Amino acid sequence: MRITILNRLLLLFTSLLAAYQIALGIEGLGTLPTIAYTIAFGILLVAGLLLIILGYDVLDSPIVVIVTTGIPLSLSLGLVWEHSSAYRTSYLVFGVAGFLAVLATRLLPLRSKLPVLVLAVVHGIAGLTILGLPILLSLTGQARPGFSLVGVGGALIGVGGLLLALLKAGKPLVSRAIILKLLPGLLLLMTAAFVAGFALG
Amino acid sequence: MKAAFAKLRLYWPLTKSLQTGLLLSTGLAGYMSARCPVLHWSDLLGLGLSLFMAIAGSTILNMWYDRDIDSVMNRTHHRPLADGRVLPNEALRLGLVLSILGVGLAGWMAPLFGLIVLTGLFFDAVVYTLWLKRRTCWSIVWGGVSGGMPILAGRTFGLGYVDGVGILLALAVLFWIPTHILTFSMRYQDDYAAAGIPTFPSTYGLAATRATIAVSSVVAALCIGAAGVLIGMEWGFVRLLAVLSAGLLLLGVASVFRPTERINFGLFKYASVYMLSAMILLSI
Repeated sequence: MRITILNRLLLLFTSLLAAYQIALGIEGLGTLPTIAYTIAFGILLVAGLLLIILGYDVLDSPIVVIVTTGIPLSLSLGLVWEHSSAYRTSYLVFGVAGFLAVLATRLLPLRSKLPVLVLAVVHGIAGLTILGLPILLSLTGQARPGFSLVGVGGALIGVGGLLLALLKAGKPLVSRAIILKLLPGLLLLMTAAFVAGFALG
Repeated sequence: MKAAFAKLRLYWPLTKSLQTGLLLSTGLAGYMSARCPVLHWSDLLGLGLSLFMAIAGSTILNMWYDRDIDSVMNRTHHRPLADGRVLPNEALRLGLVLSILGVGLAGWMAPLFGLIVLTGLFFDAVVYTLWLKRRTCWSIVWGGVSGGMPILAGRTFGLGYVDGVGILLALAVLFWIPTHILTFSMRYQDDYAAAGIPTFPSTYGLAATRATIAVSSVVAALCIGAAGVLIGMEWGFVRLLAVLSAGLLLLGVASVFRPTERINFGLFKYASVYMLSAMILLSI
């Protein structure tokens, strides 16, 4: 399926927004959250460019599942490290172990449902963290209300991840054509929500 | 007036506008890496004009000399010289005039700047095109030296002397060129074989070519990154450069371990986006 001009533009804006966030950074962050957010927005930036250059076929590559796992994992790690110091070490261990588990189950020729299960657990925990933590912080007054937009971005990443995961599993909620049509817009909205959330938070 | 526009439209493809534009952007970035914010717009304009004329001139001379090759290659047989829309003598005159004007203007603006522009032109027109292109696949290294000259020239013009960062930036372009050219020669391998031009894929095979691309991408990214840090680029931009470099490496590694035509051409296109982005970051 070819990418339309409109969708190319949406992907380009996604990449530019991600580049802006990487270049601007977030004031007062420690080394680990800076690296974590750079990885997350970096994957979004490069993914946008590769989709423009290579088209939707790039999504069929097995490497995509491994690389894109880095978005929710690193974003959630940055959030936990920055805002929930009691869970820093345990979440770091989860993040590293989760990534290695996804890597191993995707590279090894496994015939069981383990790869899907691992992916669901890792994405599920990371996604819920991105969705819940910013909203919780905003509601309890520990962060400004605008920070909850990061949670909105988390919800959008969850929707996108779910649609793609079900598509890959052969049980799509909607057709592949519709998912691919929606994906660039979803990526842009998600990135915009993250960038706005960090700016306003 | 109409006739002049028609001529211009005919001549424009002779300059390989995208390639010339990319090299010109490296020259401007080299200057701005030393002189940003730009306070002397006449200098920037003179630099751009002289580099454009010298690069376009040498490209036209290359196309003039290679018109016999172009006419037998599918990819290039429709070029104005290859299909006879522009006469060889006309192209030769245009190439020589632009080259002389470009080098002359550069030399008049600053002798050292002019010397570097002349060196680039010499390596492209004489060493690469006339001497080595039809003899050895290693000709691209010398073409790469020529490709590194605009950025070195731009920085040297900004500083007034040649410095280590300028050489590092020239090396970055030199090592980036295999990523650009070799992916291209893999895609059009049959064309080059039909024209009898030795290329890396035809001499050393596809696997070795892919490995060369991956290694040269790493070295190019390291050179640009090191130059960026030495220039004093803001950390945000260094991070952005690192991310873009990671994308280049990812594609380079993917082309080694999961080689497909799509990945190969994706790497070719990404390499151009990467270089342009790196030049913008160096300029800010």
